[in-house]
Amino acid sequence: MTAIIFRRLLQAIPVLFIVVSLTFVLMRSAPGSPFSGEKKMPEQIKAQWEKKYKLNGTISEQYGDYLWDVAHGDLGLSTQYFGRTVNQIIAQTLPVSMVLGSLAYTLALLIGVSLGAMAAIRHGQWGDRALTLLALLGISIPNFVVAPLLVIIFAIDLHLLPVAGWGSLDQIVLPALCLSIPFIAGIARLTRGSLLEILQLDFVRTARAKGLSEETVLFQHALKVAILPIVGYSGPAVAGILTGSVVIETFFGIPGIGPFFVNSVLNRDPFVTCGVVLIFSLFLILFNLVTDILYFVLDQRVKLA
Amino acid sequence: MSAFQLFYRVVRRDPLLIVCAFYLLLVMFFAFWGINHTGYDYARISNDSLQSPTLAHWWGTDVHGRDLLTRTLYGARISLLIAAVATLVSLTVGVTYGMISGYMGGRVDNLMMRLVEIIYSLPTLILVIVLVATLEGSATALLKWIGLGWLSPRLVLLFVFIGLTEWFTMARIIRGQVLVLKQQAFVQASLALGQSHLQILWKHLLPNLSGLILVYLTLTIPAVMLDESFLSFLGLGVQAPDASWGTLISEAAALINPVHSYWWTLLFPGGMMGLTLLALNFLGDGLRDTLDPRVRK
Amino acid sequence: MSASPTSRRRSPATFVLTAWLGGGLILFLAFFYFFGGWSLSAPADLTLCNGDEPQSLDPAIITGQLEGRLALALFEGLTTRNAKGDIIPGMAESWEKSPDGLTYTFHLRPEAKWSNGEPLTAYDFLNSWERVLNPATASEYSYQLYYLVNGEAYGTGKITDFSQVGVKAPDARTLVVTLTHPTAYFLELTSFQTLSPVPMETVKKYGDNWTKPEHIVSNGPYVLKEWRLKDYILVEANPYYWRPVRVHRIKVLPTNNPMTCFNLFYSHKTDLILDTRSIPSTLVQDIKNEPYFHANPFGATTFLRFNVKRKPFDDPRVRKALALALNKNDIVTKITRAGEPVANTLVPPGNAGYTPPQGLIYNPDEARRLLAEAGYPGGKGFPDVSLLFATRGSGPGDVAAEMQALWSRELGITSIHLRGQEWKVYLNTQQLIDFDMCLSAWIGDYNDPQTFIDMFVTDGGNNDTGWSNPQYDQMLQTSENTADPAQRMQILHDMEKILVEDDVPIVPIYFWVGMSLYQPDKLGGFEPNFVDDHRWGEFYIPEKKP
Repeated sequence: MTAIIFRRLLQAIPVLFIVVSLTFVLMRSAPGSPFSGEKKMPEQIKAQWEKKYKLNGTISEQYGDYLWDVAHGDLGLSTQYFGRTVNQIIAQTLPVSMVLGSLAYTLALLIGVSLGAMAAIRHGQWGDRALTLLALLGISIPNFVVAPLLVIIFAIDLHLLPVAGWGSLDQIVLPALCLSIPFIAGIARLTRGSLLEILQLDFVRTARAKGLSEETVLFQHALKVAILPIVGYSGPAVAGILTGSVVIETFFGIPGIGPFFVNSVLNRDPFVTCGVVLIFSLFLILFNLVTDILYFVLDQRVKLA
Repeated sequence: MSAFQLFYRVVRRDPLLIVCAFYLLLVMFFAFWGINHTGYDYARISNDSLQSPTLAHWWGTDVHGRDLLTRTLYGARISLLIAAVATLVSLTVGVTYGMISGYMGGRVDNLMMRLVEIIYSLPTLILVIVLVATLEGSATALLKWIGLGWLSPRLVLLFVFIGLTEWFTMARIIRGQVLVLKQQAFVQASLALGQSHLQILWKHLLPNLSGLILVYLTLTIPAVMLDESFLSFLGLGVQAPDASWGTLISEAAALINPVHSYWWTLLFPGGMMGLTLLALNFLGDGLRDTLDPRVRK
Repeated sequence: MSASPTSRRRSPATFVLTAWLGGGLILFLAFFYFFGGWSLSAPADLTLCNGDEPQSLDPAIITGQLEGRLALALFEGLTTRNAKGDIIPGMAESWEKSPDGLTYTFHLRPEAKWSNGEPLTAYDFLNSWERVLNPATASEYSYQLYYLVNGEAYGTGKITDFSQVGVKAPDARTLVVTLTHPTAYFLELTSFQTLSPVPMETVKKYGDNWTKPEHIVSNGPYVLKEWRLKDYILVEANPYYWRPVRVHRIKVLPTNNPMTCFNLFYSHKTDLILDTRSIPSTLVQDIKNEPYFHANPFGATTFLRFNVKRKPFDDPRVRKALALALNKNDIVTKITRAGEPVANTLVPPGNAGYTPPQGLIYNPDEARRLLAEAGYPGGKGFPDVSLLFATRGSGPGDVAAEMQALWSRELGITSIHLRGQEWKVYLNTQQLIDFDMCLSAWIGDYNDPQTFIDMFVTDGGNNDTGWSNPQYDQMLQTSENTADPAQRMQILHDMEKILVEDDVPIVPIYFWVGMSLYQPDKLGGFEPNFVDDHRWGEFYIPEKKP
């Protein structure tokens, strides 16, 4: 077990290395440097600026400088936000995205499992059919179509929730909901599917024969096995939440990492872009490791049971 | 089973699936033929800005006075085109990778699947954003060099890179199936008869995989469409005056306010996109369930 | 171990699920409480939308109006403006002007202090103005101090001894300024942010970081309390300011999408929208009769800049063709929609005594003829060029898209593509002249045509086109030495004619209608004025008025 963890962590390092290097080289070799233009900028000022941002010399020199800094925990200076370091920007924006993301994920688990279980119980009846269709709708319609719709309904027509912004508790409801919808649907489908399989099995029938209620049967036995695919789904789900949050944050005007990333790519800000890619990749790799461990552990327990 | 057998089973299973297929054909028809008969050009501006649906403009107009029906169909065309080509890329890479991995087995298979696992855990769409934004210049030069300078470099980049984000599931599934098929008698027999590996792969295995390929094709298309519209919504995909569903919805979203509703700008592109994706997912699910209900993920 | 169906022991699955959910919730709450960006301090008295995230808060280097608003809330110069826009005493409580109009003597008020309690002296002004003029600072607006004797020489590096420049501090409370020629609007200039004092010790100590909330020291009505990138800026009343500040805390939102700003206003999340570009043009017809809608005449122009150093815009025929083919009426009726007047000249109407030239009137046939003559008949062969604009909501983007479509329709040019950039990046790109065409705007800094016309001298800090015309430069010099106002206006008229009819490095598009949104019973001290300069120190909230 520990061997696997070690190996995965070790694998992660070259992966991160390759990803960040690729991003850096791409950003620096694309046309449109922060300091280009026809204006006659005094040469020594231009040289000063380039030196300050460590963007002088050849690409390999810049790259070397960057790697050295990253190894020391310094992710560089932003070229679009004067005077701000990437560390500062990430320190300010990452918690915002984390709040949004974790709320969305929690909602996805809670509502998704409940809906999936409800659908499984009502298998064969119209309730199941309706919920299945709803779930399909959830994964089909993109979150940036749902978001304006919900804003129109809840914010503009019903005046229940604010349209955009960040800072008060009611401003987190719609964004988290919109972000979580495709994953609620995904988890619901998975739960329903796994539960349907389990509900056929002998030991469940035995439990039913012994007179236990549907709910007890479900939540004590079936969930034990149904949890496996949900854990397996969580890896890509969190990746999806990360990328989905870029759009949701942009749409709702939330000062998370997403909008910064989009702007840094458009404005050729190499350090912010690389920093965001690094953070996202690191986070995903770690999270995938955790879910894999969890999966492994649960899988063993199921085998033993 | 082959694709034809699969389709027959599907038809018998649920009539709603036929409706979906029919709807999709309708969309393609209008996007490629109907668009030339609306009477408007997708980029033609006029003075009828932000008009609600009328007889002159069935789906209303946008802020520049451009006919929304035409623009939505144009968007459909671009979205479908990107989806088709990107899916093709995805298909080619995924199937090839899966077949090689499954067929070779052993160490090679292990390594290849490990690689997929690693890439799977990366934020691929984020990387696509970086790639599309930074490689546009090089792509323009490359296309000119090949002689395809008339193609939009941005679209080509989108085709290629979006395609490269969605092949993993296909590869895994194909590999799994190849592992099973490899054991079957006819493969051993063909080897004994002196057929080369390539012939076996091409003549024997591939046809048997066609059903599976069809299923996951139908499921890859909506994923790819979603990715493209995602990028376009952020302004990183298709550029003005071109339109894709993503850009149209982004324009509509920017108009939402409590004073004056411009409902048609969101309803029609959003509705069309939602229905199309729904139909594709429904069809894909139906195909997959028919093929083997136990094959999940 | 096997789980017997009748046991009440929790199965591992339920445990895992609960643990997971619990963990997720705890994580969420923890982040929410500590870092989530909620301002745990007291709520603001006034929330306003400023238009976008500011490029910087250093008064010496900023050029944008939204940056200027913030800088003028934090820093105050010799003079300031009241709510009506009139010049009133600021750091200087009184001044004398010599009969020949060349020497001003300012007397600083004794209670002038910095926000750290240190007294503000004339030496602060001396050092701050030196910093603005110093070429190493690279201030785009340094030419505002070229009115001083030897100001231009020092600013262009011709002399390096600042004591030769026409500003002296004979003692801590007196500042004596000597000008090269009488300048009617000099007192307006002294209220402008570029001429504000900055805390030199803080600047020296912290370098680029001196404007951060933890370091900054200011002398204006407000101090900077918090600055969260793209989230909000919080300013609080400066206890050392020389007069009482009536709105204690102001929260400044950098929301750049006009529709979002409007939605925030409508749902009472913001009280004031004071940037015209933050009001969605599509809604103006619907809201113009509402009590919260305010419009006022406003001296500002939107125009197109060409980079005359890049092909094909080095050919004046191409520039003129694009100018003549642009149906500006189309843009103002369809896109901007607030009743903006079409502009064929740069200087907006409203300057007393000034008659503008005619400019280039819409003439698509002539445009096509010129384009063909320049070598691109029917638009064929026109190179790939981009049109740069700032992505402040969809407004500028829509105007740019309309222009792209209009040129395509009238001239057959299909190789123009749109290039949107975030405001501060756009400013940078514009300042570096790294564009082919740029959709720009200029808001008059003071009430005289010169503020528009002197932009385009050779290498002018705000020229940003690469255009250079020695005759133009010479005419400016002449106008500055002309005593007779009517004659001076005539020279400015002739200069503008060169600018908009002959050489055409720019194409004026429309004049602004100044708009703002606020409930009159919730905000006082805000009145329409031609330069659209509303000092925050003048604001008050009516029900709280003693």
